Amino acid sequence: MASTGVLHRRPGLRAGLLLAPPLLWLGVAYLGALAALFVTAFWGQNSFTGEVERTWTLRNFHDLITIGVYRTVTLRTIGIAALVTVVDAVIAFPVAFYMAKVASRRTQGILVVAVLMPLWASYLVKAYAWRGMLGTGGLVSWVARPFGLDTPGYGLTAVIVTLAYLWLPFMILPIYAGLERLPGSLLEASADLGARNGTTLRRVVLPTVFPAIVAGSIFTFSLTLGDYIAVKIVGGANQMLGNVVYDNVGAANNLPFAAAMATVPVVVMLVYLAAVRRTGALDNL
Amino acid sequence: MTFSRGLRTGLLVFTALALALVYTPLALVVLNSFNTDKSFGWPPSGLTLEWWGAAAQSEGARAALLVSVEVALLATVLSLVLGTMAALALQRHRFFGRNAVSLLIILPIALPGIVTGIALNNAFRTIFGWELGFLTIVVAHATFCIVTVFNNVQARLRRLGGNLEEASMDLGAGTFTTFRLVTFPLLRSALLAGGLLAFALSFDEIIVTTFTAGAREQTLPLWIFNNLFRPNQAPVVNVVAAVLIVASIVPIWLAQRLSGSQNEGLTGAR
Repeated sequence: MASTGVLHRRPGLRAGLLLAPPLLWLGVAYLGALAALFVTAFWGQNSFTGEVERTWTLRNFHDLITIGVYRTVTLRTIGIAALVTVVDAVIAFPVAFYMAKVASRRTQGILVVAVLMPLWASYLVKAYAWRGMLGTGGLVSWVARPFGLDTPGYGLTAVIVTLAYLWLPFMILPIYAGLERLPGSLLEASADLGARNGTTLRRVVLPTVFPAIVAGSIFTFSLTLGDYIAVKIVGGANQMLGNVVYDNVGAANNLPFAAAMATVPVVVMLVYLAAVRRTGALDNL
Repeated sequence: MTFSRGLRTGLLVFTALALALVYTPLALVVLNSFNTDKSFGWPPSGLTLEWWGAAAQSEGARAALLVSVEVALLATVLSLVLGTMAALALQRHRFFGRNAVSLLIILPIALPGIVTGIALNNAFRTIFGWELGFLTIVVAHATFCIVTVFNNVQARLRRLGGNLEEASMDLGAGTFTTFRLVTFPLLRSALLAGGLLAFALSFDEIIVTTFTAGAREQTLPLWIFNNLFRPNQAPVVNVVAAVLIVASIVPIWLAQRLSGSQNEGLTGAR
């Protein structure tokens, strides 16, 4: 076939033909959509008709910074993301350590599947499950009652618990992979040189798996910043960045402001990625 | 490395507790689907099959399930084609901007869902002039599913190297014959794993979907979300949730059978 011969002789043409459809889709359509969104953030809105007005303005960003409620929502969202990350790291590290360094080969395989399995269960169903757990008269209040406590109910605590639950596997897996790469002989050497468990943990294990923990935190952070479903399900009346964006696309119909608000999580993530670049975490993704 | 008995036991207990905590909410949903109490108090007041019957009759849930399956199938096919093409181009050719292309493919899943959601919502309505509906959901899902296929195929191609393909070419097979007889059979299980992840990702997605679905089409996650806060629908929603939990065992079982490939695309799953 003639065409086949041409492709064979000209690898550049072959690469071009292979790349064209995905690049049209992602490079032109998707990047174009992102760029259009970014431009929209600098447009105004006619407060009377609600139509988007194509005049350049910084008003959306001005509102974002000066109106107290948006500042509160931004700080709250970042705070939730940070807390979720800490909770996940604290739970994930011992589990990953047990999986990688203590459990037998067979148990290890079973544990990896056990950790992975909830990833396949629907995101929405998992958030919904915590609505049942935390509701009045639910399992949590039943367990807490003998201790004189009650369920925290739907609110910020519930949001943190639910999000930490949702993203936990994304923290366990990179830490587990990082610990797998850490040779056991290093721990033995440390012990032989007289270090106690705590010292080995602090001076050998943690420094080596730190990039893996940061890699996990990129997931927990980014996923939390963009979430607005979980907070609707278990968050009571609280709002996160995502809710503000959603409400401005839907009910309020102020796309330019929604676009400006949507740049906040992107900027936060870019700053975060730039900050953690030097730890080598990006190679652990 | 030997650890003290105390440390080993402590870690074991902690891991067991953590896993128990992971599975308790899921087990509770399944159990509550048989709970006679419509507000799902604990302990259950009694067990019944009534809600399962009601769920099987639910037109809304059945229609939404169908939409979800159709969307996921189409999005999977699109991402299989586009992801494989991109992986072949990047892994078998050297050109300027390769890193930028792989970054571009990861972007839809790396950016927060709301950003992708409103960007596509805006582009569909104002730039393309499309009405939101079935097609826009498929396009949006394919956009963030490409990465799962791309990751799996790229990892497989890297491991295989190009020798077999070169041998095939040297023996006189053309580009398409080589792909059909050599490359594709070697990629098959990677494509299955990537396609499986893409299907699961699409089937489960809600954030981008809320921005790209029209008023008429509802995917199953959207249906659950819209009915979540209606007290009289609660038992039916709970049965659907229970079904989804039980059904999630299927892809794990499949992934296990495609042994070796399940580790390649992990980060592609949300």
